[in-house]
Amino acid sequence: MPSSPDRPARVTLGAEGPILVEGPVEVVGDDGTLYTSRRFTAAICTCRRTRTYPWCDTSHRRRVKPERAAGDEPEKKTDEPEKTDEPEKTDEPEKTDKTKTMDNKTDGAA
Amino acid sequence: MPAYREPRRRSPPLPAPRGPLSDAVIDALRTGADHPAPAVGDADPFGDDLQLALYILYELHYQGFEGVDDEHEWSPGLLALRRSLEEPFLAALRAGAGTDGDVESALSGLLVEPIGDDGHSVSHFLQDHGELWHLREYAALRSLYHLKEADPHAWVIPRLYGRAKAAMVAVEFDEFGAGREADIHARLYADLMTDLSLETAYGHYLDAAPADVLATVNLMSLFGLHRSLRGALVGHFAAVEVTSSPGSRRLAAALKRVGAGPAAQRFYDEHVEADAVHEQVVRRDVIGGLLADEPDLESDIAFGIEATGLLEDRLAARLLAAWRSNSTALRGQPG
Repeated sequence: MPSSPDRPARVTLGAEGPILVEGPVEVVGDDGTLYTSRRFTAAICTCRRTRTYPWCDTSHRRRVKPERAAGDEPEKKTDEPEKTDEPEKTDEPEKTDKTKTMDNKTDGAA
Repeated sequence: MPAYREPRRRSPPLPAPRGPLSDAVIDALRTGADHPAPAVGDADPFGDDLQLALYILYELHYQGFEGVDDEHEWSPGLLALRRSLEEPFLAALRAGAGTDGDVESALSGLLVEPIGDDGHSVSHFLQDHGELWHLREYAALRSLYHLKEADPHAWVIPRLYGRAKAAMVAVEFDEFGAGREADIHARLYADLMTDLSLETAYGHYLDAAPADVLATVNLMSLFGLHRSLRGALVGHFAAVEVTSSPGSRRLAAALKRVGAGPAAQRFYDEHVEADAVHEQVVRRDVIGGLLADEPDLESDIAFGIEATGLLEDRLAARLLAAWRSNSTALRGQPG
């Protein structure tokens, strides 16, 4: 819904992950490039790891070493993010002990 | 690109039966009789016969079949049979899901990203090893859902209210093209299929789809069509949205690598970005809203998440077993 004096656009912050902004919205990137999202809500990357800058692509998620089917190593968890070419990593993803590895992921698109 | 041809302009022919249950359903639809009463007995709840029989009965609520009276959607005999098929399916899902009833714990396993391929992931396999024929098979099989993408989830809308409803409708609006026909996700999928030289007619690949594919679509219809399973539908929807974005990036990479056209890549590129938004909205407002309104549904939401994982794992095992032995994952001759 467009921003108006009666109904300003809402911006939602979470404990981790992207900033949510009601769309449509224009975002000016750090090099001056203008990006436009016409979606009802845009998710703006804050971890600076996204490959679809400036929009979130879920790269903020904590990375874990998967349990291999024929693994000879015990299951290990690591908080090490995937290496990228970008040196700047300002936000560490939220660490949580509740995380467990499971295989129930879907490969389909929604 | 050639002019767009609507996949749903015509209804598909009835599929070939895979056993006594599906045979009885097909026969009833062909002859117009409303008294199919085969005993479900100990039919495998995840097997070809039961899943196809259920799939055909659910399709009456979406697109129907060529030469079949639309009124059969509400034939009492067929509805009673559907019920007798749903019960063992639902029981098997509940037995296999093994949920502890906690939504946060059910979601937490999905909210991390494996480093590298764990050997069970279709999208990792396709990204790293996928050849054009793998991607064509994958797209053909997933078309059973994607040509009606987001339709099964629309059933839940009248069962929700307040925050959960507003958020669910916003996400569905996006799935249905945000008011623009050309952006309907089902249409983007048809364009992807065209890029891969697949037949886009609705239902064309039904005969080629193994039970494990049918079950993933039947799950959505089962949860969508029963108000009593509205929590499970929301959980299922969240599981798909949470996992879709990174999976879509791998599939877009796979399509790029094998030289698929721009429409094929666009479908998954769109889902990387869209589903990163949808995930946030579904977790925060659809699940959050529903839990605030109906806290008793928490274990159902968790069940929907777990049941989705169960069926997706079964499907992944089936696809990867076929492809790793260099054989087709399609039933019969690839269409």
